[in-house]
Amino acid sequence: MNSSLPWIILLVPLVSAVVITLFTLQWKAVSSLISIAAVLVSFACSCLIFTQSGIAATEFSWINIAGALKVPLGFTLDQLSKTMLLVVSGVGATIHIYSLGYMRDDEGKSRYFAALSLFMFAMFGIVLANNFVMLFIFWELVGFTSYVLIGHWFFRDAAADAANKAFITTRIGDFGFMIGILMVWMATGSIVFAEITPRMTELVSHPAFVTIAALLIFCGAVGKSAQFPLHVWLPDAMEGPTPISALIHAATMVAAGVYMLVRVAFVIQASQTALLVVAWIGTITAAMAGLIATQQSDIKRILAYSTLSQLGYMVMAVGLASNDAAMFHLFTHAFFKALLFLGAGSVIVMLHHEQDIWQMGGLSRKLPITFITFAIGALALIGCPPFSGFFSKDAILALAYERNMPIFIVGLFTAFLTAFYVVRLLVIVFFGDTRSEAARQSKESPLVMTGPLILLAIFAALGGFGFFARNFLALPIEKETGFFVPALAFGALIVGSGLAIGIYRNRANDPIDIEVLRHKFYFDEFYALLINWTQGLLARVSAFFDRWIIDTGAVDGSSRGTLGIGALLRLIQVGNLQAYAFLFGLGVIAVIYFAVFR
Amino acid sequence: MTTLGDYLIVSGILFAIGFAGVMLRRNLLIILMSLELMLNAANLSLVAFSRFRLDSNGLPNYNAQVFVFFIITVAAAEVAVGLAILVALYRTRQTTDVKDISSLKF
Repeated sequence: MNSSLPWIILLVPLVSAVVITLFTLQWKAVSSLISIAAVLVSFACSCLIFTQSGIAATEFSWINIAGALKVPLGFTLDQLSKTMLLVVSGVGATIHIYSLGYMRDDEGKSRYFAALSLFMFAMFGIVLANNFVMLFIFWELVGFTSYVLIGHWFFRDAAADAANKAFITTRIGDFGFMIGILMVWMATGSIVFAEITPRMTELVSHPAFVTIAALLIFCGAVGKSAQFPLHVWLPDAMEGPTPISALIHAATMVAAGVYMLVRVAFVIQASQTALLVVAWIGTITAAMAGLIATQQSDIKRILAYSTLSQLGYMVMAVGLASNDAAMFHLFTHAFFKALLFLGAGSVIVMLHHEQDIWQMGGLSRKLPITFITFAIGALALIGCPPFSGFFSKDAILALAYERNMPIFIVGLFTAFLTAFYVVRLLVIVFFGDTRSEAARQSKESPLVMTGPLILLAIFAALGGFGFFARNFLALPIEKETGFFVPALAFGALIVGSGLAIGIYRNRANDPIDIEVLRHKFYFDEFYALLINWTQGLLARVSAFFDRWIIDTGAVDGSSRGTLGIGALLRLIQVGNLQAYAFLFGLGVIAVIYFAVFR
Repeated sequence: MTTLGDYLIVSGILFAIGFAGVMLRRNLLIILMSLELMLNAANLSLVAFSRFRLDSNGLPNYNAQVFVFFIITVAAAEVAVGLAILVALYRTRQTTDVKDISSLKF
């Protein structure tokens, strides 16, 4: 059954972005309403599509070079994309509404909502794309909107730098992604997912080729989902407005990397080596981000590192060849992480843009709704039963236990770290004494901000239960690991939380000081050095080329050459009259000889 | 009986003497005189050709003789100019030796 609904979902946010940019930049309230209306239309259509089965969208041919390349504009409408549509449009809609409150007095409100609509357009594009080229184009488009929104307060140097950093870092990954796409196209002659699948046998027969292609495609996800070693941009991206951190840098765009991996899993699963690399990159990211998060003091950065850590779990699940577990965690994570960021945003706004957790404290009495919803999100994040995170994280851990023991151990350690730093955050922000004047005078946020919090809290609490989640995605099959894995995970949770409560209860500053963690393992310093070094090398090579090849060789060389030839030629000019006459005579004789005798 | 060849040999010897004078002598005055000698060698050969290459009516070719008068006239003018330059040169440099006149050299 053909339906125009997917096109409506995709294009309405684009229309909104265009209308806002062209016509209503001056009327901020109108802009925000247009944008919210657009996302609500998309959400409604997503719900409609979700309830219908067997629908297809009209497909257009975009590029068609006979026998070489065919790029259609078409949609994939399976369970995966339908669920993802719901998550993106649902979380997107709540965050649009929340933004009304958060960005109330912002000068660039129209620009903000235009970019938000454009982001929704691009994100829907990624979710719906049925071929690599479309996916890549929308992939770059979300990168661009992410850049615009991180740099929303571009007059602050930190925000402008963070926007550049995010864009450039993800571009590094995208370059690999592009080469990977080209390799798959080279091997199979098609870029449409459904057409590649039956031709995979050609790919599989070249193990090295398929491994490289899979890892290059994975590069795209490494950049976009901020996996080690390209994770450095995500914490800095917290310079953007908090709703953006919630929507783009926690719930949707960074999860797009995982969604893409699941979408093209047939390529990655063709190579055992690639799977192993993917799993370990995810594991390393999860543990590393968890370690760094324990020593941060900016509320949004802690959440950013927890996002990194959870994305690591998802990538780990992809690497363990379980798409279901990855998507399940993506699904629950989208809700509780958006919730946590919005809760943090509520705290930040009410404390007049204070983000240092040591300036907060005792906020459970001042912001009760924020506190309760935030706590639900936190419990879901640390995987406390019966909140959603418990089920999805448990599914991944059980999978690791079954397939790869070292990964399971690191994953368990990460679960402990997660509990530790999240409870640390809770204890410092919401309990103990209020540590600043702003915290003492804070009061609860308006309904437009708490409403989305409550809505998301309900999903964060219930999202993991089988009876709820089963409607949306294929749940990973329960393995016969019994109570062993959940018990271990719960043990790690108790130990981590207990330790955090013990250490941080009623503290006014951080009793633990681990230099290397506070400096995020010196990644930024290392990259600065690396770039400095390569740039220096490049500069030296260029300088050498300029100084010796261009200046000395081409410029000085031609002048010296002219001078040299002149010096040689003037040796002939002896200045002796009779010598000239003699040469002249010789010349005449030569002319006569050639004219008469030849 | 003198033939055309004899005249031409004399003319060639005169030309060679003039050329050698131009090449080897250092005094500008002598060089000018040697130049005149070369011109006269040419004149001699022209007159010889005129006298010995008669046309179908048995008359000499007067064109060559007229040409010789032109050459004598031009040579006189040339000598006048050349001597004037020589005098001017001597006044500025106090010499007529070509070895001392080499300011065109770098």
